[in-house]
Amino acid sequence: MTEPLLSVRGLTVEFPTRHGILTAVEDITLDIMPGEVLGMVGESGAGKSMTGNAIIGLIEPPGRIARGEILLKGQRIDNLPPDEMRAIRGRRIGMIFQDPLTSLNPLYRISDQLVETIRTHLPMSQEAARKRAIQLLDDVGIPDAARRIDDYPHQFSGGMRQRVVIALALCAEPDLVIADEPTTALDVSVQAQIIDVMKQLCADRGAAILLVTHDMGVIAETANRVAVMYAGRIAEIGPVREVIKDARHPYTAGLMGAIPRLGENLDRLQQIPGAMPRLSSIPQGCAFNPRCPKVFDRCRSHRPSLSQAEVGRQVACWLYDGVTEA
Amino acid sequence: MLAFIIRRLAQSVLVMLFVALIAFVIFRYVGDPITSMVGVETRLEDQEIMRDRLGLNDPVVIQFARFIGNALQGEFGISYRLQQPVTELILSRLPATLELAVASALIALVFGVVLGVFTALRPKSFVTAGIMAASLVGVSLPTFLIGIGLIYVFSVELGWLPSFGRGEVVDLGWWRTGLLTESGLKSIILPAITLSLFQLTLIMRLVRAEMLEVLRTEYIRFARARGLTQRAINFGHALKNTMVPVITITGLQLGSVIAFAIVTETVFQWPGVGSLFITSVQVVDVPVMAAYLMFIALVFVLINLIVDILYYVVDPRLRVDGGASGN
Repeated sequence: MTEPLLSVRGLTVEFPTRHGILTAVEDITLDIMPGEVLGMVGESGAGKSMTGNAIIGLIEPPGRIARGEILLKGQRIDNLPPDEMRAIRGRRIGMIFQDPLTSLNPLYRISDQLVETIRTHLPMSQEAARKRAIQLLDDVGIPDAARRIDDYPHQFSGGMRQRVVIALALCAEPDLVIADEPTTALDVSVQAQIIDVMKQLCADRGAAILLVTHDMGVIAETANRVAVMYAGRIAEIGPVREVIKDARHPYTAGLMGAIPRLGENLDRLQQIPGAMPRLSSIPQGCAFNPRCPKVFDRCRSHRPSLSQAEVGRQVACWLYDGVTEA
Repeated sequence: MLAFIIRRLAQSVLVMLFVALIAFVIFRYVGDPITSMVGVETRLEDQEIMRDRLGLNDPVVIQFARFIGNALQGEFGISYRLQQPVTELILSRLPATLELAVASALIALVFGVVLGVFTALRPKSFVTAGIMAASLVGVSLPTFLIGIGLIYVFSVELGWLPSFGRGEVVDLGWWRTGLLTESGLKSIILPAITLSLFQLTLIMRLVRAEMLEVLRTEYIRFARARGLTQRAINFGHALKNTMVPVITITGLQLGSVIAFAIVTETVFQWPGVGSLFITSVQVVDVPVMAAYLMFIALVFVLINLIVDILYYVVDPRLRVDGGASGN
């Protein structure tokens, strides 16, 4: 068995506030294999982005990693001194943000931003870095890259800017790319192109992707495995096809039921009654229990943890765990 | 770019015309120019002849046109008090004021930006709290009090620096500078600090607020995610984006530094345009007042123009010639 590229063990992120400590992410455990695409879905506030931020070490204070560890190729990275972590960001873990209109510094040319990033991580001359930057822009599908490279961000459209962002995330050949809702802010017509570019380039370079999104369609087309998040925890994790076809967790089943399918004649979409609890009022027991159609007594008092349902699939639900006590 | 500059120039001309109108009204209707020029013994008939010869009986529009024509040639009449051409008077006083203004603007800009950046990057440090508290004092203490306080400490008690005047000046022919002699340099320190304190605190607070704002933006987060060094992020990406509003305020403040150097010049008996204006007001020397008004307006208009052009240099989004390409 190959060693996982990234290994997250019991990650818990807390935000101390005046009204007590809020737990944004609790007890997340997952592995990402080299070259793999792991999708992460969930509603807004489920802790998807926070998990990504924690991995790359960019949680805004006062938020902090309270428990757990993050290992990159077996090396712990969650407790590194700031400067060593900085050297990992961009070099070994790249990140793509949601809104390409705001992720690029408006006052710097594209060339400056690319060359600056390349030269921060790789020992290269100005000219060599520039050549590499043009190559990268060409790779992400920017026509006439050699000429466009000296343009400013505002001279590019949204889709083109997201291509530039991808080029920036990939410019030092990281092993892992965290893509935080990379297509949410884009036109539907360019979403597929951007996903294709990202997937293709990462595959060429053997980089793994952690794809954070709320778009199940994107996950279905892109990811190898998917982690479904609910209220800061992983509800279910497994190979994409199996999770979609045969959801184990009632929340996942509800999510799948809410996706309209072609050829199906529905008057209304199914929906899960209620709303995800706020971080300050997560119910006792399983966080999903007030909305769960299959709820029973134990769900209200004991919190289920992620356990093996079958090979490669893990579910945090008492339905699949008759034996283990909490 | 060219069209923009031409448009801005046209606006500037309009503003100057309007100020000229006000200056003309002051010049013509505040007191009677003839009575101010001649003594009480002059006969009324002679006064009438003079009035006619100076064109004061012509229609107002023609007088205004003549005023503007003269102003364009730098001709603002003769000072009632000193019996010298006003333009000559102002030009001879100008170097003193400009040197003082530029020196204090530099102090304000350098210390304002440095302290602003520092307090933004270390928002929780004790030093920051101290600087912020001190800056409140800088904003709220009146200029003359600061000046008098500085004179008391550094001139009277310690005796390090002169308390008034400009020291020895060197005449370069077209410019009399105090910056080339030791006594001149010593003399400019106290007034420059006094004049700069208010602007300094203003710039510092502005830089701090802008910088804190910029540090929260997505492109700064993305710069962090790219692993850029803290220095490249803070002093490259963040500071450059902070500078746009700072340029505006600093530019406009330079205008007010020149315009309102009056108080500082009075406290330190600095022989500049401001003290010329004050003495002119005291004796109702109307031509000097009108010319001073035009001069200050010109300074403001020019600085505004330069600030607008600087925007173009700093912020590429304003240069519309590039054009976005479609996807």
